[in-house]
Parts: sequence; structure tokens; C-alpha cells
Amino acid sequence: MKEYFHSIRIDTEKCDGRMKCLRVCPTQAIRIRNGKAIILEEKCIDCGECITVCPNGAIVPLTDPFGELTKFRHTVALPSPALYAQFGREILPEKILSGIKKLGFDDAFDLAMPCGEVSFAVQEFLREYNGPKPLISNVCPTIVRLIQVKYPSLIDHVIPIDTPRELAAREIKKKKSKQLKLKEKEIGTFYLTPCPVKMISIKQPAEKGKSHIDGAISISDIYGPLLSAMEGIEKGSYRKALESICILGIGWAMVGGICRTLRLKNSLAVSGLFEILKVFDDIERGKLRNIDFVEAYSCTQGCVGGSLTVENVYVSYNKILKLIETLEFEQIKACPDIREVRKLYSQKYFFIDGKLEPRPLEPLDKDLAKAIKKRKEKEDIYESLPKIDCGACGAPTCLTFAEDVVRGEAELTACVFNLPQKFTELSEDLSELINKSSFLGQAKSSTKKTRKKGKTIK
Amino acid sequence: MMMSEENELSHHFEITGGDFGNAGRTSTSIKEILQEIGIDPSIIVRAAIASYEAEMNVVMYAQRAVLTLSITPEKLHFRLEDEGPGIENIDMAMQEGFSTATDEMREMGFGAGMGLPNIKKNADEFEISSTPGKGTSLKITICLDKTKKK
Repeated sequence: MKEYFHSIRIDTEKCDGRMKCLRVCPTQAIRIRNGKAIILEEKCIDCGECITVCPNGAIVPLTDPFGELTKFRHTVALPSPALYAQFGREILPEKILSGIKKLGFDDAFDLAMPCGEVSFAVQEFLREYNGPKPLISNVCPTIVRLIQVKYPSLIDHVIPIDTPRELAAREIKKKKSKQLKLKEKEIGTFYLTPCPVKMISIKQPAEKGKSHIDGAISISDIYGPLLSAMEGIEKGSYRKALESICILGIGWAMVGGICRTLRLKNSLAVSGLFEILKVFDDIERGKLRNIDFVEAYSCTQGCVGGSLTVENVYVSYNKILKLIETLEFEQIKACPDIREVRKLYSQKYFFIDGKLEPRPLEPLDKDLAKAIKKRKEKEDIYESLPKIDCGACGAPTCLTFAEDVVRGEAELTACVFNLPQKFTELSEDLSELINKSSFLGQAKSSTKKTRKKGKTIK
Repeated sequence: MMMSEENELSHHFEITGGDFGNAGRTSTSIKEILQEIGIDPSIIVRAAIASYEAEMNVVMYAQRAVLTLSITPEKLHFRLEDEGPGIENIDMAMQEGFSTATDEMREMGFGAGMGLPNIKKNADEFEISSTPGKGTSLKITICLDKTKKK
């Protein structure tokens, strides 16, 4: 098995094997072994569904602690636009960014503007594109991993334009290192993330290139301190604060935000893993060829629904929506210069480093004939199982259990429904044993008797 | 489920006409089986498209059908037998753009007249026969041997 980095760890002290995660995992990547949950690295796509459902808080996202900041001479925070949706109506991005600086970052950089730039770049790309359709957004790393693992045939649909966070971090390192006469590696770029999967896209980019971001800090970790930090900040002009918000980029925090900037005739915005599976199935069947672009997020409602956010997802979704409406009403159209973006686009500025490769799951066997045989075995085993997906064996469904048995990763006896049969077998063994031992016992006692007799005779 | 030869995996799928709610399930199951045994992704796509179009034809036009998939290390073989109206003029049905779909079906995005031609395009061997008023029979083979790949 290949080594994959994951941003999710299970705290075995806290885990009591309650199986909520087992059932919710969309790729069947969790098993319960010896009463504790384990993650099958190859299957996990880091969606974070298990984090949300765990009643014990035993599934922990691996994000960076604040202490990481001291490793760099200059630090810059890049908050996901989803952070802007975590606070009340009156708290606008301008204030949030100054609050972040008070927390110990040397600078805080707004990502809505680069999001707007990327929107323009995607438009440019779509204009000259004539490959397989629809194109699929790569902004959600879980979706990219889902395609690598479960939909390898859709790899060519994934747009090769880099994400705003990566492009911004690259630019910041370049500019700041010149400005401050530091080396690029002395400048730390930290993404303030709404979900754990961004952490992996930093440590192990799907495209095998190198990330320009140095770490990810969870929005839920920073929320409390940030709230207090913002208290002392004087309220500036509301209108002025609005004017600094890029209307094209702010919507990237929620599902539909990218599509509305592209002005395409046919595009889809989808959120929630199970909904996405249906859409991807349709794309694979060639049913959605009339769609130009699909924006997909594993979390419901997009990044505002990430497992590391604080505010209720519908409240934060609404905040972004209202913000866009206000900007439209006030006719504030802060956005990047399209001519500048076109110039950069022609210089290949926006294109992603590295190529996305499929990461299909290990087949039952590398040899096709053997794989076919094993598949038949799996079906035979499945037929013998109760098919109620109780999970007591540690696998989420009877079918996955049958597969685990064929792969040699589980014993058939782990199924509780095999217990009665096991008992019968055991009792048969036992009675046989008893018969044997009583026969032996008789034999022994008879020898004793004869001895005794012998003794008495003697 | 039926097991035959040692090297052959065989599955029967029942498809019900008019059951749009479950349409697509068969081709999804087929895709999952093929992924599990490690079939090349480009072949899986062809098999998924061909089986999906065949499945949709049954859902749209026929009463019921049985799709049998047989997998051997050499090839994938699909056999579809349906009970339905049959096809009057097969040559015409094989033309791209020809369709007898109703407006409702077209509303749902079907009936572009690409079904049968699309199946043929994705198959290495394709055979169709039909008795009007009784039903249609379809046989498709996709070779797994790379040298014979389309």
C-alpha cells in the first residue's frame, strides 16, 4: 500500500467504537478493530464527515498550532473567505483582517481579490477549451481526491488552473522576499482553513507539485482569540469597508459562488458528497456534456459548511449572500483589472504545477483471472451473511465485510451471526471431547481398579 | 447471481420499464464490479456508457428486461433481452439523431437519438435483433486484451 498523508487522526483514548463514523464514511474507509476506529489510508479522501459525527470528539483534524508562526521571520495569514462569514453582519473583512494582525501575524491578506482573478482566468480558459466537458472545479481538495480514487476517468475534466490560495501564497512570497530582503522560505504563509482537507493539499498536493503555503490553522481554533482581538478595533466607515470587498471573489466561500462569476449559459453548483456522487455518475455516462462547468464542494453549502467552522452553515451562507446583494445594491464593483489578468493568463501565470494522476483503489488482485475468482468468493460470502449491515464485525456493510474477508483483512468468524453456527460446532467439538475424556476416564479408572484389585489380591 | 465457469463472473440485472427513479443503478453496479477487479478505467467508461444507454432504452420503451454481464479475463460480454414493443426499423434506429422519444423524455434530457449508436461506438462487437411487438435482443462485447482495444 502506498503512503498517503491524512489530516485526520483518531484519538484512541477517546474513541469508544460507537460506529457513527463507520456508517457516515462515503468511501467506506473506516473499520472498527478491537473496539477502536481505524482509517484505511488508501480509501480516505479527507472529507471530514467523520469529524462532524463523532460524539466523543475522538476524530481530530490535524491542523497547525499557533506556535508554528515562530519558525518564520515574517508571517502572513490568508483567511479563507469562509472566515468572513463567521461573524455578524456589521463585522466586515477589513475589520477581520486587522483583528488577525493583532493576533501575531505580520500581515493578513484578503483572498477574495485573488478569487476574483481566478474567476477571470477560468473564463479565459473556458473560452479556448475544447476538451471533454463539463470542466470540474479543483478548489475543493476532497473533490479532487474523490476523482482520483473513484472517478479516474474524470481526471481530464479537472480544471488545470491553480487555486486562489496557492497563487496568492506564491505571489506573497515573491513580493515580500524582495521587499523585506528575506529568503522566500523565511516568509511563512498560513491559510486559515474551514476544513481539514486543505492541510493535506498543503502537505501532499494531489498534483504532486509543491504547495506555496506553509501551514493551515483551523478557523475554529482562531475564532475565540480573533473575536476578542477585534473588540478594541474602532469601527471605520461601513461604506469604505464595503468598497474593499471584491464582489467576484467573496462568493467563493459558498456553493454557486464561482458559477455566478463565470456567466456561463450552462453550469452546475453542487455541494454535499452524496449529491456529488450522483452528478459525477452522470458526467461519466456522458449525460452532462451540455454543461460547461461544475463547481463541487464536499461540504454542504460549500466552504461555509466546513467541519472547522463555528457559525451555523445556513447563517454564514446567508451572510455572504446578503453581502453580495448589498454590494450589488450599492453598485460597488471592486474587482481585479481584467486586462491585467489576461496578460498574466497569457504568461501562464495561473496554470497549476504538476499533473493530476488517478489513484485507483487496489483491485482484489493484480491478476485479472484471480481477481475474478476473488470477486466470486466475495459474492458467495456475502450470500451467507445476514445483509443487515449491523457493523458489529467492524465493517460498515456486509458487502465490505465480505470484501475484507477475501482480501484477508478480516476473519469470517467476526460476524456475530456466525456465532450460533460457531456454538454448534463448538458444542459438537466439546461433546466429542467429553466423550473422549470420559472414555479415557473409564479406561483410567478401570486400570486403577485392576491395580487396586491387584493390590487387594496382593 | 449465477456462477458458471471457473474464470467467468456472471451477473443478472433486472431492469423495469418506466422506473426512472432507479434508472442508472445497473450501470453503476457494473462500474463498481469492474473497478473492484481492476479493469482499465478507459474500458470501464466504455462499459458504463454502453450499459447505461442500454438500461435507459429499457426504462424508456420496454416493459422489462434482463441484462446479463459475463466477465472473463479476455472480454466483457453483455446480453440484454427485453420484453417490449421491439424496433420496427433497426437500420433507422441505428442512425444518430433518430429517436421515437416523447416530448416528456426529451424534457428529461433523453431521446437525442444517440442511444444505440452510442452503444455501438463503445463496443468492439455489437449485435441487435428485434421482433416488433415482442422485444429486442442486444449483444455487446468489449475486449479486455489491450492489443485488440478499440
